[in-house]
Amino acid sequence: MKTTYLFVVLITGIALAYGTIDMPNFGDPQAPANHHVAPRYIEKTHEETGVDNMVTSVLASYRGYDTFGETTVIFTAGICVILLLRETRDNKKKNRRKKGVRS
Amino acid sequence: MKNNIIIQIITRLLFPFIQLFGFYVIMHGESGPGGGFQGGVILGASVILYVIVFGIDEGRKLISEKTNDILNCTGVLIYGGVGLLCIIAGGKYLEYNILPLGSVHFASHMGMLGIEIGVGVTVSAVMITLFFETARQGK
Repeated sequence: MKTTYLFVVLITGIALAYGTIDMPNFGDPQAPANHHVAPRYIEKTHEETGVDNMVTSVLASYRGYDTFGETTVIFTAGICVILLLRETRDNKKKNRRKKGVRS
Repeated sequence: MKNNIIIQIITRLLFPFIQLFGFYVIMHGESGPGGGFQGGVILGASVILYVIVFGIDEGRKLISEKTNDILNCTGVLIYGGVGLLCIIAGGKYLEYNILPLGSVHFASHMGMLGIEIGVGVTVSAVMITLFFETARQGK
């Protein structure tokens, strides 16, 4: 059974490694990723958003809705931690009762 | 670390400067490296340092549970509020250019600053919440 697993993993690994041969080189200006929206960000950031920092213009203006989602995710994480870990009046009593039972 | 006078004095000395740097990173997000997430984390880290050095009870005097909860929500509300202001001004959601603040570029700049502040408030408050809620468990 273990040999089968090893075989599957090897085949997948070889297939993935073969796939990387076709990928463009790192930082290649002719790569498709650098042709789609990147030139517009580089050329028109100042004109369209009025700020100099390209990263911030993408984060806050072009992808503003996405950043709203990210903020909500962080907020949700905080609320979940409060819900799970905060000692409210109710579970304080419960904890005390549990301790009483044990001792 | 309650008896270590050197760490206490250094923390008291550094605390306002760390916070100032956090605000600087948030406010400077449009023209340099930085932004709401990074600045918020720096602000949160300053409070975490204070709590590590002076203890949880002293930390709660600095920022109470209630204030922290309110700040948690305020940031997201600021962000959503800026988006809604854009709708009220007649544009699409989060279309800052439409805000009536003089020039188009200035309006866009201010809109981004608004959402950066919102992100910063939420991130710092959540960092502080995470630390307080997990630190108390070991007590």
